[in-house]
Amino acid sequence: MASLLGRFCRKLVVPGSAHGSRMISTTACDSEAVKSLNLYSAINQALHIALETDPRSYVFGEDVGFGGVFRCTTGLAERFGKNRVFNTPLCEQGIVGFGIGLAAMGNRAVVEIQFADYIYPAFDQIVNEAAKFRYRSGNQFNCGGLTIRAPYGAVGHGGHYHSQSPEAFFCHVPGIKVVIPRSPREAKGLLLSSIRDPNPVVFFEPKWLYRQAVEEVPEHDYMIPLSQAEVIREGNDITLVGWGAQLTVMEQACLDAEKEGISCELIDLKTLLPWDKETVEASVKKTGRLLISHEAPVTGGFGAEISATILERCFLKLEAPVSRVCGLDTPFPLVFEPFYMPTKNKASSSSSLSSPLKKKHYLIMGLHVWCRYWMQSSPLLITSHSICFFR
Amino acid sequence: MAMLFARSRNLVSSLRQNLGLSAILIKRNHSSPRPVFTNYQLSSRVFLDPSTSFRHESTAVETQPDLVQQSDHEDDAQELDFPGGKVGYTSEMKFIPESSSRRIPCYRVLNEHGKIISDRDFIPVSEKLAVRMYEQMATLQVMDHIFYEAQRQGRISFYLTSVGEEAINIASAAALSPEDVVLPQYREPGVLLWRGFTLEEFANQCFGNKADYGKGRQMPIHYGSNQHNYFTVSSPIATQLPQAAGVGYALKMEKKNACAVTFIGDGGTSEGDFHAGLNFAAVMEAPVVFICRNNGWAISTHISEQFRSDGIVVKGQAYGIRSIRVDGNDALAVYSAVRSAREMAVTEQRPVLIEAMTYRVGHHSTSDDSTKYREADEIQYWKMSRNPVNRFKKWVEDNGWWSEEDESKLRSSTRKQLLQAIQAAEKWEKQPLTELFNDVYDVKTKNLEEQEVGLKALVEKQPQDYPTGFHI
Repeated sequence: MASLLGRFCRKLVVPGSAHGSRMISTTACDSEAVKSLNLYSAINQALHIALETDPRSYVFGEDVGFGGVFRCTTGLAERFGKNRVFNTPLCEQGIVGFGIGLAAMGNRAVVEIQFADYIYPAFDQIVNEAAKFRYRSGNQFNCGGLTIRAPYGAVGHGGHYHSQSPEAFFCHVPGIKVVIPRSPREAKGLLLSSIRDPNPVVFFEPKWLYRQAVEEVPEHDYMIPLSQAEVIREGNDITLVGWGAQLTVMEQACLDAEKEGISCELIDLKTLLPWDKETVEASVKKTGRLLISHEAPVTGGFGAEISATILERCFLKLEAPVSRVCGLDTPFPLVFEPFYMPTKNKASSSSSLSSPLKKKHYLIMGLHVWCRYWMQSSPLLITSHSICFFR
Repeated sequence: MAMLFARSRNLVSSLRQNLGLSAILIKRNHSSPRPVFTNYQLSSRVFLDPSTSFRHESTAVETQPDLVQQSDHEDDAQELDFPGGKVGYTSEMKFIPESSSRRIPCYRVLNEHGKIISDRDFIPVSEKLAVRMYEQMATLQVMDHIFYEAQRQGRISFYLTSVGEEAINIASAAALSPEDVVLPQYREPGVLLWRGFTLEEFANQCFGNKADYGKGRQMPIHYGSNQHNYFTVSSPIATQLPQAAGVGYALKMEKKNACAVTFIGDGGTSEGDFHAGLNFAAVMEAPVVFICRNNGWAISTHISEQFRSDGIVVKGQAYGIRSIRVDGNDALAVYSAVRSAREMAVTEQRPVLIEAMTYRVGHHSTSDDSTKYREADEIQYWKMSRNPVNRFKKWVEDNGWWSEEDESKLRSSTRKQLLQAIQAAEKWEKQPLTELFNDVYDVKTKNLEEQEVGLKALVEKQPQDYPTGFHI
């Protein structure tokens, strides 16, 4: 069962698109034309629109001219010319530095780093230059037109250097934004927002979904707001927070949990920096439990930031410790990938999901139900005895 | 490529170089890739002194005489076809030597006594321009001296001087047009001074007061002014170089009569960004002038510990970039070289590299005492005998354009103005506390708003923990 629903041999269902969950989506209304697209096509469409709508925008990076190693830039050079869409030398620090220069002159530079694993040579330019460009100049200069796109995440066979999730490094940098879409429709809208946002944005694309994820994507020009998380599945017993490809895994975990009578609320964070604390807080205050899941190694991962923040804001509402179901603290392994990955079964068996407050308990322990409501309204009176009882 | 072929077939002697050429080893490239843009003529030239005219062609590029000595083994009727084009082959195994037997010579116009060496290639400078250049070089000297002392007195936290490099600072700025976008390293305040940044504005940044355009966020000397097309200084070394390539490309796309001009020290050329910047500028055919101030020292690291090449000028060719070595302490030479390079960059849409040879007379900064790693005699020699300001002064005086009276008047009035500027800057209000949180993003984000509220409450509660004067 686990292997069937496991990561490597399933047909991908885009999270939030079915299963009767109410989607609070800010994209197209039903009358707009849509097309069934995969992730790289949706991104390609976004890039076409971006270049079309702003003549001062550029797309460049290694191999983007012929369409890119993931075909995200197909057709752009032919349509907009080699002055605006071009290959660069193999030099990430040059790519980002050049992009900063272009952006500082008021242009939009959408640069591609071929794999997020190779973004580190550009780390100095991103952290010391792009992120601080506006602040250090007293707002005389800015490079807000810069957007850095990079495929990230596990792909099944990527190993150390084609699978990394480096988002946590960038979430620690005031001055940039970090955005991660979960699906084709989200990617198009979020990428257009990122490109048009007046701040430098690092946009990680889940490479696993480039071909695997197919969704109805509106054909028109639309944007999905940054720093707004989305509840893609409503529930009452536990909140699950994730981003990117991990949401498909988490949705499977939600389905499994539903069979056991656990109602899960699933949130797509979308923007990790600055992140929407309010949506997660409101959800955890409702459910009392939080599970965060990401592919990146657990230690120092972005889940730690979410956990710490929610703890600060929702401590008295929490019924269990915050769970993190993440990658192991190892370099991303090749043959061991199935063991490394935060699979749905790891999520299902985590403490938060495996022992929630079950509905039938309410029926059996009427008095304790009453106590629970009473304690919720008078949080200071929660005693340790009561907490143990309801674990 | 400067291929040096030996005459003898003997392997040992084949390593002997056979040089006949003394001039700049540039080959006019007839097989350049199809240009994306056609060259365009300048419709108007915006220079500070319109009365000057060129005495020589703008593209002072040497065609390479045939210094390739045909060896018996070479059959140049046969060529090999590889990606990158055709290349002749030889069955004689020869290694290109690690360096030429002779270093690339240095272009200079004035000798050490301020006399024009001969009627050579240089762009004449009018009296008006020359006097202004000299005044600014002297002003820079006074400014450096006074701000340095202010740091020593504890009035500002940090300073670094450009002593010894006044000619590079001022003459390069004078050779540019105001629309050229400058991306400095940090030892080029003279460029900003030339463009009109006032002594008060310099002082305000050093004090980080309310009038500082940088809003007090960075250390002193991290000047920036969009009005003067001078990008804000940042401490990391060489990061500006690939950015300059992007800026140059933007100017090209906008079809502006302008180029990017960026500065770097000898030490900075060891950074990866140097390679990235030059390579990108060359491949993208961006109008960028790279000016390297080779002043001999990167803090305590002498250039002998920095690279093994013949300085920086030889690196240009490795990227397909036209380069020149110039006497950085000769204001006229710097002026001519930068102006020519700028013309080339703009009209031919290509990068140019200038290595300006000089010496860092001052310490690296106020946090450094350079007598710890170099001889005081050496410093003194360069300060006195090889002083670029004195050298140019002699030429200006010899022309009858400057007198001792002018000199003392300038120095005392500048000094007075600076002391007043410092006193005024010291008294200025501090930045309001909210500026700590602005401009991280274009609009303050929620987490910053919360932190600001929290900090303000804390400051009000425990004011003794915090410095005074910051309006909440």
